[in-house]
Amino acid sequence: MKIAVLSGKGGTGKTLVSVNLAASAIDSCYIDCDVEEPNGHLFFNPKDIKTENVSVKIPSVDNKLCSGCRKCIDFCRFNALAYIKNNLLIFDDVCHFCGGCVLFCPEKALSEKDYAVGEVQRGVSGNVEVITGILHTGKESGVPIIKTLLENLQGNKKFTVIDCPPGSACTVMESIKDADYCLLVAEPTLFGVHNLNMVHELVTLFGKPHGVVLNKCQEGDNPAEEFCLEKGINIIGKIPFENELGTLNAQGHIAVRKNETYREFFSSMLQIVSKGVQNEATTHP
Amino acid sequence: MKVAIPVNDKSMEASVSESFGRTPYYLIYDTESKESVFLDNSAIASQGGAGIKAAQIVVDNRVNALITPRCGENAAEIIQAANIKLFKTINDSIKDNLTAFVEGKLALLEEIHAGFHGHGGT
Repeated sequence: MKIAVLSGKGGTGKTLVSVNLAASAIDSCYIDCDVEEPNGHLFFNPKDIKTENVSVKIPSVDNKLCSGCRKCIDFCRFNALAYIKNNLLIFDDVCHFCGGCVLFCPEKALSEKDYAVGEVQRGVSGNVEVITGILHTGKESGVPIIKTLLENLQGNKKFTVIDCPPGSACTVMESIKDADYCLLVAEPTLFGVHNLNMVHELVTLFGKPHGVVLNKCQEGDNPAEEFCLEKGINIIGKIPFENELGTLNAQGHIAVRKNETYREFFSSMLQIVSKGVQNEATTHP
Repeated sequence: MKVAIPVNDKSMEASVSESFGRTPYYLIYDTESKESVFLDNSAIASQGGAGIKAAQIVVDNRVNALITPRCGENAAEIIQAANIKLFKTINDSIKDNLTAFVEGKLALLEEIHAGFHGHGGT
């Protein structure tokens, strides 16, 4: 079962929820898809790390064959190519590696070359297999790394928790594409509601079973909770805004490994999600 | 000699644009014939790489010099590959800059920024 944890903005508690859900399961896999700033590994401290490089195919030109027709330039919506003084210039960092220019070149002057964009690290932390995606600084898109993270996932883990990037852009869509369930983490503010609405639209568009975790809950109004009640969205759990959890997290500890109350809390959250997925499977087989 | 300047409107009275890649128009001015032509910048709405596309437009118009308040690194690479001289504006008046250019009083643009790439700028 693949559970994607996402939110419309950073800092709502995606990693807190993801790390603790994965650590509360008996046999699980945690995948950090927030490749621009992966931080789940700081909590897990995984051992026996194996690193795999991730590269994409970008165009390379043989200017002796180029006739200067500019079909590649006209095709590229990211403007990664220019034709100056009878030479085709390629801007590697601007390319989104769609491969279209190579297909369009009538002179076969363009070919593909490997271009390193990041890496994937696999390690183990107790009961959890920890997989981290890392985008090299300055590289344009994390999507190829997320693809590498999520392809060939061994099905031997009961739970796979996917810690998504913030927002609702391409990298998030890639991260939730094959998820069985989407868990949306929200803050109790109006700003939080706005961001929750964005990701809620996204998971609705993708037709994913989903529920909300309300984080940083305090006494008084919770606009995110009101939003869920109004829209009829399942509330899977309410995480209290409390000193002990904040302290454990800030010290880089995994709360469920330090405190039995938190272990029970996240275990029950995992069971609720698990039931939600099974119900979905029986009602929409 | 032909020079290009990013400008905010199709008029010699218009102001110089703050942005090279995403300016609405370019003035192409011929210092000998005193002829001025205004070009639409088709790169303005680009999702990315506006500077590259804009520099291609300037190069294709066979100018000898570009006068701009600033320029990103990708655009500068193209401008330099095309042997076009890159000058820094002195203020936002088209006429002041052209006069200074003709009198040889403009300094070269030394500071090339790394590009905003989706992160705004003014």
